Amino acid sequence: MSIQIRVENFSGPLDLLLHLIKSHEMDIYDIRIVEITEQYLTIIEQMQQLDLDVAGEFLLMAATLVHIKSRMLLPVSEDVGEEEEDPRAELVKRLLEYQRYKDVAELFQQLPQLERDIFLGQFQLADFFEGDSEENEVAIGIYQLADAFHQLMKDQPVESFHEVVRESLSVATYIERIVEKLTEKIRLSFREFFSAEFSRNELIVTFLATLELVKMRAVNIEQVDAFSEIWLALSIPPDQLSQISPEKDLLGYE
Amino acid sequence: MNNLRQLVEAFIFASDGPLSLDRLSVLTEQPKALIRPVIEQLLQDYAASERGFYLAEIAGGYQFRTVAELAPWLRKLSKDRATRFSKAALETLAIIAYRQPATRAEIEYLRGVDSGGVMKTLLDKNLLRILGKKDVPGRPMMYGTSRHFLELFGLRDLNDLPTLKEFAALDPEMIEADPLDPEPVG
Repeated sequence: MSIQIRVENFSGPLDLLLHLIKSHEMDIYDIRIVEITEQYLTIIEQMQQLDLDVAGEFLLMAATLVHIKSRMLLPVSEDVGEEEEDPRAELVKRLLEYQRYKDVAELFQQLPQLERDIFLGQFQLADFFEGDSEENEVAIGIYQLADAFHQLMKDQPVESFHEVVRESLSVATYIERIVEKLTEKIRLSFREFFSAEFSRNELIVTFLATLELVKMRAVNIEQVDAFSEIWLALSIPPDQLSQISPEKDLLGYE
Repeated sequence: MNNLRQLVEAFIFASDGPLSLDRLSVLTEQPKALIRPVIEQLLQDYAASERGFYLAEIAGGYQFRTVAELAPWLRKLSKDRATRFSKAALETLAIIAYRQPATRAEIEYLRGVDSGGVMKTLLDKNLLRILGKKDVPGRPMMYGTSRHFLELFGLRDLNDLPTLKEFAALDPEMIEADPLDPEPVG
């Protein structure tokens, strides 16, 4: 049998292995390991031109198969009372588990998907009132916050001069500044936080200070919807702030 | 209040995302006990009448959606907007949906391949969220599915997913040893 199997069509070595087991009509609990290993190695040989990252994972599986094969060849020691585990057991477990998630993935593919099969009424008006719709803010995660910061850093022009003045920036000072700003204005957009004059270092310290405040649950981060402006607001009354003010040395930054 | 039903219906109709019972109660300034039967009635009404859309329970809230049977027709609308998922993306999503909180290492062991790129894409699409760090050496990030995931696949909550038992009928032993039913996440 010399059907061309293209490794690229499989999402990984487990996928390929499952395919081989099925196409040879083997029982997954009783894999004929010699046969499968041979088949698998033949396919791997054909994929020499594949990039190394992908190949590495397929090669690891090849090594596993060969290892299992060699263990199967060893005589089963009879004098040991306890039952010896089938060398294939772990692989079988992984294959079965993988098979399950493969089936779930198939199900996800078939579920009615928003914007593909199922639609909502389209309300473009929301865009016109952006900034006005504070009612609908949703809490966002740290990932979105970090992503927004990344965006900000990108917009920042790369500094091309070398001025060796070491300015020590303390996160604690910046926390105080942010709190001051927020007490004045109640709500600030993520962008407003980072004034254009800030140096790269200042941006970073301000971001660290923001994260600290979030961690202390002193500040709420909100966003109307994905990719829109991120808003920050104090989540506790300003007069309680003194209690949460961090001890400088507790922060663990310079 | 006779027009509470109209009001609830209008709020759900005009809202950007699914509206929860709590939210509706705040918006209409009525106790939840009053709103609940109104919603029940609306759910029934829309289910009973043959319309192009119905009132769906999504991600812990209520939302009007077009009916699934019309999908073959409505797909004409979706050519450029729909997200196409790769096999790798769906596998990763499947694992995270059922195993959350899951670390990248766990996902990669189950899939047998590097999944960093796929996970980045899923995070960018807002389908995953970071649940925190696991208390093991290296403190790896733990991932779970987002609200947006529920909305995208039209699920009420994670319990709405079929149990893994239904997927492994041929393998009763393993399930007993290793139950993987999803747990609702905040």
